[in-house]
Amino acid sequence: MSEEEKIGVYICHCGHNIAGTVDVEGVAEWAKSLPNVTVSKDYKFMCSSLGQELIEEDIAEQGLSRVVVAACSPHMHEPTFRGACSRAGLNPYLFEMANIREHASWVHQDDGEAATEKAKSIVSGAVSRARELEPLEPFRAPIDETTLVVGGGIAGINTALEIANAGYKVILVEREPSIGGHMAQFDKTFPTLDCSACILTPKMFDVGNHPNIELMTYSEVEQVDGYVGNFTVRIRKKARMIDVDLCTGCGDCWERCPAKVVDTVYEAGLGYRTAVYRPFPQAVPKYPVIDTESCIYFKNGRCRACEKFCPTDAIKFDQEDEIIVTSVGNIVLATGYDLFDSRRLPQYGYGRLANVFTSLEFERMTNASGPTDGKVLLRDGVTEPKSVAILHCIGSRDKNTNDYCSAICCMAALKFAHLVKEKTDAEVYNFYIDMRTAPKDYETFYNRLMQEGTHFIRGRAAEVTDAARKPEEVGKLIVQAEDTLIGKQRRIPVDMVILMAGMQPRHDSQEVSHRFGIGCSDAGFFNESHPKLDPIATMNAGIFIAGVCQGPKDIPASVSQGAAAASRVLSLIGKGEVEIEPVRAHIDEDRCSGCRICNNLCPYNAIDFLEDLAVSRVNPALCKGCGTCVAACPSQVIDGQHYTFNSIMSQIEGLLWDVRPNGEEKVTFQKTEPV
Amino acid sequence: MVDYKQYHPAWGDRSPVIIGFLCNWCSYRAADLAGTSRFGYPATLRDIRIMCTGRLDPTFVIKALREGADGVLVMGCHPGQCHYEEGNFKAMRRVALLRRTLSQLGVHPDRVQLGWASAAQGIIFTETVKEMTEKIAKLGPLKWHDNNHDASPHLPPLPEKEATHG
Repeated sequence: MSEEEKIGVYICHCGHNIAGTVDVEGVAEWAKSLPNVTVSKDYKFMCSSLGQELIEEDIAEQGLSRVVVAACSPHMHEPTFRGACSRAGLNPYLFEMANIREHASWVHQDDGEAATEKAKSIVSGAVSRARELEPLEPFRAPIDETTLVVGGGIAGINTALEIANAGYKVILVEREPSIGGHMAQFDKTFPTLDCSACILTPKMFDVGNHPNIELMTYSEVEQVDGYVGNFTVRIRKKARMIDVDLCTGCGDCWERCPAKVVDTVYEAGLGYRTAVYRPFPQAVPKYPVIDTESCIYFKNGRCRACEKFCPTDAIKFDQEDEIIVTSVGNIVLATGYDLFDSRRLPQYGYGRLANVFTSLEFERMTNASGPTDGKVLLRDGVTEPKSVAILHCIGSRDKNTNDYCSAICCMAALKFAHLVKEKTDAEVYNFYIDMRTAPKDYETFYNRLMQEGTHFIRGRAAEVTDAARKPEEVGKLIVQAEDTLIGKQRRIPVDMVILMAGMQPRHDSQEVSHRFGIGCSDAGFFNESHPKLDPIATMNAGIFIAGVCQGPKDIPASVSQGAAAASRVLSLIGKGEVEIEPVRAHIDEDRCSGCRICNNLCPYNAIDFLEDLAVSRVNPALCKGCGTCVAACPSQVIDGQHYTFNSIMSQIEGLLWDVRPNGEEKVTFQKTEPV
Repeated sequence: MVDYKQYHPAWGDRSPVIIGFLCNWCSYRAADLAGTSRFGYPATLRDIRIMCTGRLDPTFVIKALREGADGVLVMGCHPGQCHYEEGNFKAMRRVALLRRTLSQLGVHPDRVQLGWASAAQGIIFTETVKEMTEKIAKLGPLKWHDNNHDASPHLPPLPEKEATHG
């Protein structure tokens, strides 16, 4: 620490956000008494251009050597103020932020006095820490121009196409044998009733044939290392048992395959597929895969019918998983969603009562290429329903399952109601809590449905039962609900019930989020960097999210977010290089004892032991700056840049300015009970 | 201001002081979220942002207690979800050892606690601070210097500097 440091302290009012609770003028006045503080001011909005100019002027005129801004979270405006320091010629790492909004004014709103005292401590801690800061230079690294897109649904497809069309390479990884995602399962899209396949398949085709897109279906990303601009990813290409160079996608194999299994993915359990299969006719790529779990040959060593009939000898039963390790600069996650499992709500009878369907089953049913060729039929496959009940919010807006709104089910329910009306003469009853039809033109569709004669009953259905109480209920499914608009219990007998199952994060989203080093909400949706201003980036630089993996949304929103993620990637590629925070460990080799304790602690194997010099050395390219080795070094010779021993010790002293003992008065040691 | 005398008479007019070490990726953001969501909690916590709880040098904890804090709360990502793979497991080991050491020094081990909150768990952060505050309030002020002056020579060397405040 140098006695000559000149520290400028700026206390932000943030309108009323801080000033409404904390006595900001008082704190600014008080901060003048802190050692080394030359300037202490309060200002309405420090992040405004005028606020930033205030800092820049003071650096120039007063020769400030350290700047402390007490305002919001550093995750919000640290880059802003570092920029201001930089422009005025001060090394940006000599700036320190004191978070007196999220950590003081907003959480102690009922106690202004306590909030002000806490703000003082936080400012004092920041000033003490600032005194110990050292100038640093960010690392610069070139950006690998290839982008990895994970997930081949509509969001991922759009991201991949946007980037590829700009002239950069994309690797698109999809877990299933074909891209297309959930959108490929739908027949119509709301509210325009566009044919889903007609608008999706051209895009799928483009992905499959784009010179800049390397498509890896039936593959999963297993491991991610590195940092923004320079990630190394390990992709497992599962064995298709098909030589794609020979296969023509003719279909002889699946036509001859004797093993039939229920297709729980593409047909949502409503239809069958063979063991060697292509999920749907428009699949991209066109090649089938052999599902080794249901293939008769893999079970008992006999059959090989597909191999016998394949005209190009493309069946390869000995194919093995392929591991591909490649480097990419940016990653976009568009991993989509799982449908809520309606079996979790037994009161609605799914899985027990034959004619209770899930929304995805109904999507497949109305799809012209689906198991019923687009006819709306009961589970027996022949009877057309005379009445249909559509139950909203299954697994949504319910504290027992998922408390969030799945955002799309109201509109999908309206679409279903329309399709039922269009294809049958059935009466349709919608049981809803609230109709949520916010985006453009959605309300018009709702009005149209009301005119079409669909019945809307405001009330969450209590149960679906086949226990008849009246003669007209015999042989029907009875939906029991309280109609909250007329304040009465109603029992509506129907032939078919559709459960509008909500959207859930992928079952492995927690695991995936950890693999990519990004955060995940309690529900399991990936966390965005900022809910309002940056719903695309994540906490891990260079990793972006798009589509429902970030939160429930419809197709247009997924498409937009996919394009937004692409634009973020392109702007990084356009810059050509990235600046990386110089928060790294550094070993003072003159003082290193060579004990090697740090070597094994490093989760990234970034510390090498130099046998000839008998010291350890940190490889800054591998080090991520966690500081584990710094804390462990028994000789205290590892320096955690920007979070040095001295800076944290000093911050502790600063934070405790009001309770620190005066000097080192001497008292004899006495044995006491734990206090 | 809350009257902490109801928990322990020795508080007088003062409130417990807890130093928090929050990791940059999960618990610091949980604290931010608590702020954004206006989840109130006692004004007892004064936090320090570190990149990872793995950075927690046990010296920091002893320093904080020695400098007048009544307790130290270390919070990181949930086990298995550390941004740096396993830093929080290292914190777990270190804090466990530290608590044993402190109890041998006569400091109640509950004064140093370890907790987890993901970036989405503002409410868990809030609850943890509330619980910790209540525990410390019941234990009463630590008064390290009044009780344990001779402990100082055994501490690791501190950076050479004069006391800057007070």
